[in-house]
Amino acid sequence: MKKVTGAEAIIKCLKEEGVSTIFGYPGGAITDLYDALMDADLKNIIVRHEQGAVHAADGYARVTGDVGVALLTSGPGATNGVTGIATAYCDSIPIVVLTGQVPRALIGNDAFQEVDIVGITRPCTKHNYLVGSAEELVPTLREAFHIARSGRPGPVLVDLPKDIITAKFDYPAKKAMTMPSYQPNTDPHPRQVEKACKAIMRAKCPVLYVGGGVILANAQDDLIELTRKLGIPVTMTLMGLGAFPGTDPLSMGMLGMHGSFCANMAVAECDLLIAVGARFDDRVTGKLSDFATKAKVIHIDVDPTSISKNVRVDIPIVADCRNALKAINIWFDTQPGINIEEEKACHQPWFETIQKWTEQHPMTWHDDESGIIKPQYVIEKLNELTGGDAIITTEVGQNQMWTAQFFKFNKARHLVTSGGLGTMGFGLPAAIGAQCAFPEKTVIDIAGDGSIQMNIQELATARQYNLPIKVAILNNNYLGMVRQWQELFYNRRYFATPMEVLPDFIDLAKAYGAVGLRATKKSEVEPVIKEALSTRNVVLMDFRIAREENVYPMVPAGKATTEMLLV
Amino acid sequence: MKHTISVQLRNKPGVLSRVTGLFSGRGFNIESLCVAETMDSELSVLTIVSRGDAAIIEQITKQLHKLIDVIKVTDMAELPYVEREMVLLRMKAVETTRAEVLRIADIFRAKVIDVSSKTFTIEVTGSSSKVNACIELLRPLGIKEIVRTGTVAMARAPKK
Repeated sequence: MKKVTGAEAIIKCLKEEGVSTIFGYPGGAITDLYDALMDADLKNIIVRHEQGAVHAADGYARVTGDVGVALLTSGPGATNGVTGIATAYCDSIPIVVLTGQVPRALIGNDAFQEVDIVGITRPCTKHNYLVGSAEELVPTLREAFHIARSGRPGPVLVDLPKDIITAKFDYPAKKAMTMPSYQPNTDPHPRQVEKACKAIMRAKCPVLYVGGGVILANAQDDLIELTRKLGIPVTMTLMGLGAFPGTDPLSMGMLGMHGSFCANMAVAECDLLIAVGARFDDRVTGKLSDFATKAKVIHIDVDPTSISKNVRVDIPIVADCRNALKAINIWFDTQPGINIEEEKACHQPWFETIQKWTEQHPMTWHDDESGIIKPQYVIEKLNELTGGDAIITTEVGQNQMWTAQFFKFNKARHLVTSGGLGTMGFGLPAAIGAQCAFPEKTVIDIAGDGSIQMNIQELATARQYNLPIKVAILNNNYLGMVRQWQELFYNRRYFATPMEVLPDFIDLAKAYGAVGLRATKKSEVEPVIKEALSTRNVVLMDFRIAREENVYPMVPAGKATTEMLLV
Repeated sequence: MKHTISVQLRNKPGVLSRVTGLFSGRGFNIESLCVAETMDSELSVLTIVSRGDAAIIEQITKQLHKLIDVIKVTDMAELPYVEREMVLLRMKAVETTRAEVLRIADIFRAKVIDVSSKTFTIEVTGSSSKVNACIELLRPLGIKEIVRTGTVAMARAPKK
């Protein structure tokens, strides 16, 4: 048998794992791997900063459901990737990050571009490896992909010493994966399913509270089936948007700090809270002691640590969300003596109560005659002119919240946003990953004037690979979300938040060979979006929006979610 | 409440740091920690003594179990178990106290393992409460130095 080099083995293994695209940036320790990649049948996207490579791999994974791959060099290459890895970790996104490392003989010697990246990333990866020998290389990579995509997904880092990349050895045949210490539980316990179903039968005012776990498990169809079957209203976390159609009458939109009035009221008043693939994050619960106090709680999650971590759970179901929802649907379909229509009808008064809350305080914003652009208007226009079918990435802050509130996501994997970590600079590189996965789709990064600058260098990457990403900058000349807090809770002391110097985004777009468009009046918004959407190039749209527009509703930090500041 | 948790894990580089990193990162408390290889050189057993209410201990055991290299986590509070800790004590042993130090050591079935003209080094083995009781009785006689191993624990074998 012909021996392979470590680099060839890595490429072969990546292909076996179904990888087609690698997001990366070269450097000394991985030059041998890039040398081999030149002749390999894999698409390489070379970014402008390693953080961008990891976010792009992450964006690719979020829209496809496949494992995204990033390749970085040792030392600063690897440390630049850490924010990307932590971002993926917080949102449970399956990525494999390969980092170069100095030769084994030099490890621990403070060699040039040496860093203990396995040590650094231990708390922000699902697992990580330093490959200790050439024999371990391929089995380790196989384990890495298995861990990244199974159970609760997450990032896995594999550190590759240079001498292993150049070593020659026999390529090991594929064997069945045996990991006795890693056996995620994906099938629901039938007794727990039955308990949950009976609780659902008893409930008069149930609420489904769904998170990113539903999307990660591709369980949206099963969720829709359950919801429609029993007429249970649904609220989604930021990560869950798209798991249930945002335009469906049963959708209450997002809950929590910037959630809808009806969603927060419904959670406060419900008698049964069915949490699916969500983790009771502080942005969702607000003051814990006042959260869903009247409700029995069912919690479906593949990760047992999420259960009863923040909120006491009455009926836990540790399982893959899809398997659990399927089991619940089957129970209702096959249980003798159940009249589904009657079950559904008994939720009708509750649904009417929710509708009243919606009428009382709908998700809305104040328009006026001034012609000044309101950011919510831009989002609504983007939604309308793309038919709600675009993949939307966001940065972090007001831009992200307005997107969550006013873009109606009807399909899973169409919103790509950094939820858990809240990473500014995520949207543009994530859009690169999304556009690589779906070259024909419209991909829009909804940004703020602050966060777009955090990874703006990736405009060059988008241009280089002809990725016609559209960037919609909601430009208020402020770090708007922090300014909003300063306005509401810090006596309007606007310190550190004004963007006193901004680049001219039109000129900047030109400098990158992209197209720059600007709207300063409401009437210009629609023509700008239309022009952008019909341009087969990277387009930067600079929307000069009302400077002090706030995101409402808002639950002040530490308050109960029923104590909302409203429009 | 104090809990003794026994963790079986893969004997690989960096595993201990995954465990300690978990405790420091999530603000869990470690009172003592003791780790060594088992009969199978591929496995280690780590005994950790921690403190917390039921919810915290539940999180600790779940989070430990979530670590990829961890095979089994047992909260010893759930079953009968035996535990031992060893302490080495360097005692001041001047003429007026030598006899008393030996007498107390004898009561606790401790052993003198090193002697000098002015000190005894004593080895005490037992449950943490016995070891603590011995230390408290010896303290007034002048302890110069203490080194403790931390607790190791094992579930009792079934009676039949």
